[in-house]
Amino acid sequence: MTNTVLEASGVTMRFGGLTAVRSVDLTVSEGEIVGLIGPNGAGKTTFFNCLTGLYIPTEGKVSYKGSVLPPKPHLVTQAGMARTFQNIRLFANMTVLENVLVGRHTRTKEGLWSALLRGPGFKKAEAASEERAMELLEFIGLAHKRDHLARSLPYGEQRKLEIARALASEPGLLLLDEPTAGMNPQETRATEELVFAIRDKGIAVLVIEHDMRFIFNLCDRVAVLVQGEKLVEGTSDVVQGDERVIAAYLGTPFEGAPEDAALQEVEAAEVHAAEGSSEGNDQ
Amino acid sequence: MTDTTKTTGAPQGAQGTPVIPLPAGAARILIAVGAVATMASTMLAWTWTSEFPGDLTVTGYPAGLQLLTLTGGILTLLYALTLWNVRGLRWLNPARANGPVFLMALAAFAVTWYTVLAITIELGGLANLEPGGYVAAVASLLPVLGALALPRPGDTWKSYFAKADDIPAAHEVPAWAERIIITLCLALGLIVFTYGIGTPDDEYGETFSGFMLLVLFATWAVFAAGLTDRFSSLNARHKGFATSMAFLAAAVFPFTQSEDHNANIGVNILIFATVALGLNIVVGLTGLLDLGYVAFLGVGAYAAALVSGSEYSRFSGTQLPFWGAVLVGMAASLIFGVLIGAPTLRLRGDYLAIVTLGFGEIFRIAVNNLDGSSGPDITNGPNGIANIPDLEILGFNLGEPHVIAGFTLGRFANYFLLMLVFTAIVVLVFTRAADSRIGRSWVAIREDETAATAMGINGFRVKLVAFALGAALAGLAGTVSAHVSYSVVPTPYQFAGAAPPNSAFLLAAVVLGGMGTVSGPLLGASLLYLIPEKLSFLKNYELLAFGIALILLMRFRPEGIIANRRRQLEFHETGQLDIPEQQSLPEGTIGATKATKAGA
Ligand SMILES: Nc1ncnc2c1ncn2[C@@H]1O[C@H](COP(=O)(O)OP(=O)(O)OP(=O)(O)O)[C@@H](O)[C@H]1O
Ligand SMILES: [Mg+2]
Repeated sequence: MTNTVLEASGVTMRFGGLTAVRSVDLTVSEGEIVGLIGPNGAGKTTFFNCLTGLYIPTEGKVSYKGSVLPPKPHLVTQAGMARTFQNIRLFANMTVLENVLVGRHTRTKEGLWSALLRGPGFKKAEAASEERAMELLEFIGLAHKRDHLARSLPYGEQRKLEIARALASEPGLLLLDEPTAGMNPQETRATEELVFAIRDKGIAVLVIEHDMRFIFNLCDRVAVLVQGEKLVEGTSDVVQGDERVIAAYLGTPFEGAPEDAALQEVEAAEVHAAEGSSEGNDQ
Repeated sequence: MTDTTKTTGAPQGAQGTPVIPLPAGAARILIAVGAVATMASTMLAWTWTSEFPGDLTVTGYPAGLQLLTLTGGILTLLYALTLWNVRGLRWLNPARANGPVFLMALAAFAVTWYTVLAITIELGGLANLEPGGYVAAVASLLPVLGALALPRPGDTWKSYFAKADDIPAAHEVPAWAERIIITLCLALGLIVFTYGIGTPDDEYGETFSGFMLLVLFATWAVFAAGLTDRFSSLNARHKGFATSMAFLAAAVFPFTQSEDHNANIGVNILIFATVALGLNIVVGLTGLLDLGYVAFLGVGAYAAALVSGSEYSRFSGTQLPFWGAVLVGMAASLIFGVLIGAPTLRLRGDYLAIVTLGFGEIFRIAVNNLDGSSGPDITNGPNGIANIPDLEILGFNLGEPHVIAGFTLGRFANYFLLMLVFTAIVVLVFTRAADSRIGRSWVAIREDETAATAMGINGFRVKLVAFALGAALAGLAGTVSAHVSYSVVPTPYQFAGAAPPNSAFLLAAVVLGGMGTVSGPLLGASLLYLIPEKLSFLKNYELLAFGIALILLMRFRPEGIIANRRRQLEFHETGQLDIPEQQSLPEGTIGATKATKAGA
């Protein structure tokens, strides 16, 4: 058996009366790509936030490579778990290179004094950081844009940069929250390749995604979250064939199911409503 | 002037059409003739009485404000000549644009009309103008009209004020020539600055106001011509050289002053600017809104005063050497900073501003009351600690005039040079800290605190370091300030007041000058110190004027006078991507997302 990287057991998150995540268990082993899917509002992002210390779970515990993680985001990253965000959260007014250098924060330790005194140690550390950051930028193909402001990158490149920034912290497990949202099919394909390449570097990946093709191509194992609970977990085939999953996504069919056109209308309205509420709610 | 342009230039989409119809050749000649006539008018008497500051009654040579008009006339003529593509002057207006010419004409016009109007109003009526005054008024109007008869740079009247399009790249010149250009520019800056400080203290600050008008429009013209951009790229290429020359120019300043009073202004500006630079670490880099920052200056000043050996000090027996006092002052501010920072830096956004505002006031009220009657006797209450002895460094008494190379340096000149060393240290600390791992984490926190912590930054710790460093630097400046002003009293260390330093002015210096830059707060602090000092007649309206000025600046140049490369893009980038709005929500709501899905 391979080593477990992430082990979450009984993770529950309540917001007042709302239970967003209910007693979810999940493990990720070394070299694995695990998918996390579920309809909107299922609690996927909330679960991620519990894993990475942004939320303190109401119940349950999260351990990384055998040791329990403290619920502090910077300590989680220090331990070896790095993440991206569903709504890109780059340092918009820093350059591409600086963004990745910030990702190196936990793997370097030069403090204020060494910055002020600028001894040889400082220069060496800065040079090494920059070299490492440039390697990562080469890896995701953004090296030529090192001095651009993050905010001036196109959407797809911003998503990639966020991945590079997370990789800069040398994680053992990378958590991606909808890495292809807003991408066109070519970019999605490229991201697929990128995730495989990351896995080949020996980094386990846990990925949330709504693009089923992407998920089923990519993942060794997929967990389905519905209304905060883990419904099914298994290989792509198992999950794809599971009736409960289909029901969760499309709703239980009832007599006189609405025609396609009507269904689309309802969907459009839902999307619209979600857009409206996202303004107040987005991270 | 803007009114004329606005109404006459109203038909939109008329790019290139001049506001005033005249053949282009005639327009140019009008500008040149007007400029020469303006210069000539300064040789005439403008008024009959020497009651008006500067004595503008003499025929034959310019005096007072006439000198400024003369300068404006010369500059207008030079810019007019660039329109004829005169050899040797092309660099003044590389794009041969009309906007800079218009602005330069406006500079001469503004200072001349200001003077003429001031004479009329102050002395009570047009009767006080000699013919020379009328000549000047008409002559300075001509170049403005001439410039308006040139093809308009863009399709609105605003285009006269905007930076020219298509500014060609500068000619390649050898590095030594670039260094000479930097040196000359800095020398020019020193001259302008020295002139500004040295303007006589007229009752209504007439000379200074005229000076500011001229400088404002002339700088604008130079900016619109694209010269400031060229200068900053030169500076970027010769960073170390430019910085050392700038400090050298500052060090030359006291030698140019025969009056110690001006050196006093100089040292106060330096103190103010240094504290503003310290605040820039907290506000500009880390994005923490600190409204009580002046308290740290106060802590440093009080600490230095207590160990200065003053007879009013609680510890009047102890007199530490200066380096000891500096360490004590910095340490006290640092401790005070950590004490305030540790509980408050866990808060975000507005809370921090409110708490620091409160702590700043608590400091002032506390030192006001620690006089023995309502508390322990430490600070001598409202009377403060007076009779702080002058510093003696390496056997060199800063309180006495010294003759160096034939120049007499008075008390304040000595302190100016001492303070300049400290300013240099603070600049060094700022630049080195900003360009390092810790500096990047400050900026990351400013940009997005949640993402920064998710990238492994211990937000609280990093913010505390910024806060404490800022406090210690203010304390450093405070130790000098205590000695410069002979005494420390509680009153200057308040949130807002009519004169610097106070927390509001410090913050304004940073925001006005340009957050996150080095030269911005230095420039902002100089302006915010000089303007109230020279225009003291404004008294009660000062804060109002100050508020209006800030609003205007934030409306038209939100990134401050000197733009950080990042902030410049932030405010003026066009066609950039729609990045999700990043609001600072309370900790609990992070990740509450309900966004639309792409592939759902
Ligand atoms: N901080 C919070 N306070 C209150 N409710 C929250 C908070 N964060 C999330 N929720 C709620 O928890 C539920 C799960 O939200 P979450 O963002 O985790 O869903 P998701 O599965 O990521 O959905 P999506 O696919 O839309 O990203 C939602 O009903 C949401 O409103
Ligand atoms: Mg989500």
